[in-house]
Amino acid sequence: MSDYAADVAALARKDLLLELRSRDTLPAMLLFVVSALTVFHFALPAGSSARAETGLLWIAIVFTALLGLTRAFAAEREHGALDGLVLAPSDRSAIWLGKTIGVTAFLVLAELVALPAFALFFHSLSWELVAAVALADVGIAAIGTVLAAMAAASRARELLLPLMFLPLVIPVVIGGVGASVAVNPGSFLAFLALYDAVFVILCWASFEYVVTE
Amino acid sequence: MSTSLRNRSAALAAAAAGLLVGGIALAFYYAPEDADQGFSQKIFYIHVPIALTAYACFGVGAWKALRLLWTRERRYDLESYTAIHMGVIFGLLTLVTGSIWAKVSWGHWWTWGERQLVLFLILFLFYSSYFMLRYSTDPGPRRERNSAVYALFGVVLIPVSFLAVRIAGTILHPTIFTHEGADLPGSMLLAVTVCLAGMLALVATLYRVELAGKRIDARLRELRELLT
Repeated sequence: MSDYAADVAALARKDLLLELRSRDTLPAMLLFVVSALTVFHFALPAGSSARAETGLLWIAIVFTALLGLTRAFAAEREHGALDGLVLAPSDRSAIWLGKTIGVTAFLVLAELVALPAFALFFHSLSWELVAAVALADVGIAAIGTVLAAMAAASRARELLLPLMFLPLVIPVVIGGVGASVAVNPGSFLAFLALYDAVFVILCWASFEYVVTE
Repeated sequence: MSTSLRNRSAALAAAAAGLLVGGIALAFYYAPEDADQGFSQKIFYIHVPIALTAYACFGVGAWKALRLLWTRERRYDLESYTAIHMGVIFGLLTLVTGSIWAKVSWGHWWTWGERQLVLFLILFLFYSSYFMLRYSTDPGPRRERNSAVYALFGVVLIPVSFLAVRIAGTILHPTIFTHEGADLPGSMLLAVTVCLAGMLALVATLYRVELAGKRIDARLRELRELLT
C-alpha cells in the first residue's frame, strides 16, 4: 500500500512540476475564469438576482474545469508517454489517482482566484458555496480525468470531451447551485458527497480498462 | 441467420405484435377513463412502457459492458452497443410521447417540473455522446473498452441523476406534478403491464435484428480488409 501511495505521489508531483516548468494550463484557466466572470456581468441585465449570479459562477467553474481537462493528457499524448506509464510496474489506477490529484490542484488554484473575484464583482460568498465548490472539484476531477483519457484515444479529442463531460456533471451543477441558494443546503452538500463517493470508486476501478491497449 | 434463429425472431415479433395490440385494446376499452385527465391519460399506456423499456435497454447495455470488461470476449461489444442503440431510440420516443402528454395536460411542449422528462433529456444527451465516442475512436480493443466504461458510467448516472432531478425540484418547484399515483386501479395496472410486456418483446425483436445486422456488417468489413 505504501508503494501505491508513493506511486501516486510521484505521478501527482510529476504533473505539478511539469506545470510549474511549462505554465501551459493554469494561467489559461485563471485568465479564462476571470474573463468568463466579466462576460457574465454583461450577460446579466441590471437588477438580476443574486441567485442568477451564483448559477453563472457554477457555469464558470464547470467550463474552467473543462479547459484544464482538455490539456490533462496533452503532455502524455504529444510524447507518447502514456504507454510508458501503463508499462510501469505500478497499479494503473495509481495513474488515475495521480492525475486526478493534479487536476484537482489546478482547479482549486483557479478557484482561489475565481471565488474572490466573484465576491468582488458580484456578491459575498457563503460558506456553503465554498464547501460545495470544494466537493464539486473532487467529482469533476475524478470523472474528467477518465473522460479525458477516453477522449485522448479518439480522433475528435477536444470536441468529444465536452459532449461526454457536460451530461455527467449536470448532477454536480444541480447539487452545487442547490447548496448555494436553497434554504436547506445540507441535503445538497450530502448529495455532492454521495456523487463524489460513487464516481470516485467507479473511476478508480474502471480507469485501468481505459488506458490498457 | 440460421432457420431456428429466424423462427425465434419471428415468434418474438408475433408476440410483440399480439401483446401490443392486446395492451392497447385493454387500455382503450377495458381500463377506465382517468377521473382527472380523461381521454388524454391514455398516452400513459404507451409512454410509461416505452420509458421503462429504455431503462431496461440501458441496463442490458451496461451488463454486457461489464461482461466485456470481465471476460474480454469481444462479442459483448456489439451486444452492448446494440442495447444502447435501442435505448437511445426508446429514450427519444419517451421524450416525444412525454412532450405530447405535457402539451395536452399543461399546454406546454416542455416543462422542467416533470422530473421523468428532465431525467430522460439528461440520459439522451449522455447516451448520444456514446455514439460520438464510438465513431471517433478507431475500431479495436481500445474502443470496445472505452465504450464499455462509458456504458457503465451511464447506468450509474441514471440513479444519481434521478436523485439530482428530484432534489432540484425542491429548489424552485415545491409542488411536483405526478401522473401516476402509487395506487393504480387493477384494470389500469393490467393494461400497462401488457403494454410493457409487448414493448419488451418489441425491443427484444429489434435488438436481435439489429445485432444480426451489425454482426454481418462487422464481418463484411473484416473480409474487405482481408481482400485489400
